[in-house]
Amino acid sequence: MSNATFAPVRDRFRTIARTIVPEAEALDEGGWVELERIVEQGLASRPSSVRRQLRLFVRALDLLPLLRFGRTFRALDHQRRTRFLLAVQDAPFLLVRRGFWGLRTLVFMGYYGRASTAATIGYRADVRGWEIRR
Amino acid sequence: MGDPPVIEKAYDVVIIGSGAGGGAVAQELAPLVREGRNVLLIEQGPRISPEECNGVELDMAPALYQDDGGFLTADGTMTLAFGRVYGGSTFVYTGTSMQPPERVIRNWNVPGVEHSDLDARARKFAAQNNVHYLADELINENNRLFVDGCRRAGYVAQQFPINVRGCNGASICNLGCHSGAKQGTHRVQLPAAEQAGVEVVTRAEALRIEERAVIVRVLNKPDGAKGQPSEWPSGDYRIRAGAIILAAGAVGSPALLLRSHLPGLPRRVGEGFTCHPAHILVGEHPRPITNDVGHPKSFFVDRAEEEGYVLETCMYFPFTTAKNLAGFGEPHSTLMRAFPRLQMILVLACDKAVPGNRVTVDRDGAPRVHYRFTDETIAALIRATRASARIFFAAGALRVHAPSANPPLLEASDADRIDERIDARHFKPGKISVSAAHLMGGCGMGRSAADSVTDSYGRVHGIPWLRVADASLFPDSLEINPYLTIMALADRVAEGIRQDAGSLLPMNEAVSRC
Repeated sequence: MSNATFAPVRDRFRTIARTIVPEAEALDEGGWVELERIVEQGLASRPSSVRRQLRLFVRALDLLPLLRFGRTFRALDHQRRTRFLLAVQDAPFLLVRRGFWGLRTLVFMGYYGRASTAATIGYRADVRGWEIRR
Repeated sequence: MGDPPVIEKAYDVVIIGSGAGGGAVAQELAPLVREGRNVLLIEQGPRISPEECNGVELDMAPALYQDDGGFLTADGTMTLAFGRVYGGSTFVYTGTSMQPPERVIRNWNVPGVEHSDLDARARKFAAQNNVHYLADELINENNRLFVDGCRRAGYVAQQFPINVRGCNGASICNLGCHSGAKQGTHRVQLPAAEQAGVEVVTRAEALRIEERAVIVRVLNKPDGAKGQPSEWPSGDYRIRAGAIILAAGAVGSPALLLRSHLPGLPRRVGEGFTCHPAHILVGEHPRPITNDVGHPKSFFVDRAEEEGYVLETCMYFPFTTAKNLAGFGEPHSTLMRAFPRLQMILVLACDKAVPGNRVTVDRDGAPRVHYRFTDETIAALIRATRASARIFFAAGALRVHAPSANPPLLEASDADRIDERIDARHFKPGKISVSAAHLMGGCGMGRSAADSVTDSYGRVHGIPWLRVADASLFPDSLEINPYLTIMALADRVAEGIRQDAGSLLPMNEAVSRC
């Protein structure tokens, strides 16, 4: 992830990702690398300005809790992280809601785009269709 | 070093786009080839074989869709899905094949467009595409529960006619059909057109239109990408043509016109964009159901006339489902882990063409879609969501996920508080996922340049050699799945070209220079 969008903010990104998808807590380093590779692929065709904005948004999400809780996002417990992100998701400003929606979408892409996750949640669609299910 | 040379070519007719409109018009212009004319169709996306469709959403979405299926509107509050592949969006739809609705066509009030005419033309394509009702034994529980819930809750569920031939129920229609069962233009009209001599070039993007010419860029196949290489060498081409037909869809066609700056272009280009904004709703049942096998979209409820919405069965893939569920954290994860027990309904609002909802282009000529959710559209989505919640609970769901509820999860004990829990005040753009795949308008038909872009045969007002043959012709939303209506209109466009061939296409001039 050294040249990737979230490389400079990796810890912050992973902390946010674990709050959005609690199961990500169980990922080993290989799992995180796969998640981040998928995210990076999803961003590959987007303008570099979008990637910069996302990095900035992650930094802002880490710092903003200082105003409310006196701690960075990373220093909060899981409950407070969730409460903070719920407030961000419901923010009065469209730009903030959009930013969180985009980040959340990328995390979902990275986590649920993994073949192993599909198996874990019981998703079994197969190109052979009924042939293998009857 | 200067710019690489532009390669010159000439054809009688150039068609831009290979979806429902482009594919239909290509097939219907094949008789011109027999008369000695030459017809070219260019498609921005690649040719992809059924075998390459592996059902993996992160493999297929970038190969088949513009922006991986997540083209964002200008304010970022809705994603639009449209195909960019040989066959266009007919490669990625579920094959639902609806006749043009009489009420809507009448309300369009386009001089020269009669419902009976469109209906007859649509039936011709329905027959070609093997449109029929799926046999009962091929209907999965996701669809059966919808029918059962509708009956118990007092809604009339109707079966979708679909255009498949030997569907094996892989359930991944929106990621391309591995068995080749779906009878989109990539399986029916385009092969027929090519067989008759229409030339098709893929990986060819129309950059702009000039006076009776198209500037086209052909790209090499990227390393590791799906699909076949282009039929032409990479490079920039200037293709002269007697007639040019735009069939690049409701985003692509207006954007191409706008960035071309043609003299005399009607000022209405880009206006009147509609898209049936949609939510995916989920109901969780106490036991596993068959949902990820079987045709996903077999039934619908049409409340367009009375309440401004349509409900359709659906089934999506893990990432798409996760993205469309509201919220995050444990409640979201809990629902995702219940995937084998999930029933899904797609709710679509029958939005109306309003000022401001339109396609424009940015400084680089790239399309931008401006879309504001009107109060009427939001109200329709809320009514549709409430109806779906009733249907889910009537079908036996334990809980229902509704994006326009806060929190979004309704328990069965909330069943008598649906109207209170699901409310427009919770419809917060930018917070909840809204997507659309029925993109319409932008080159609407009408009387003159004062109120529209084309006449009823897709002739651009004031530019007789330029025609439009796709969903951008719709002057307002269709209020049902659009592809047969697009084909019917494209059929008229082809008829117009054939009628005008004498004046539009001077015999042998273009052919000799091809």
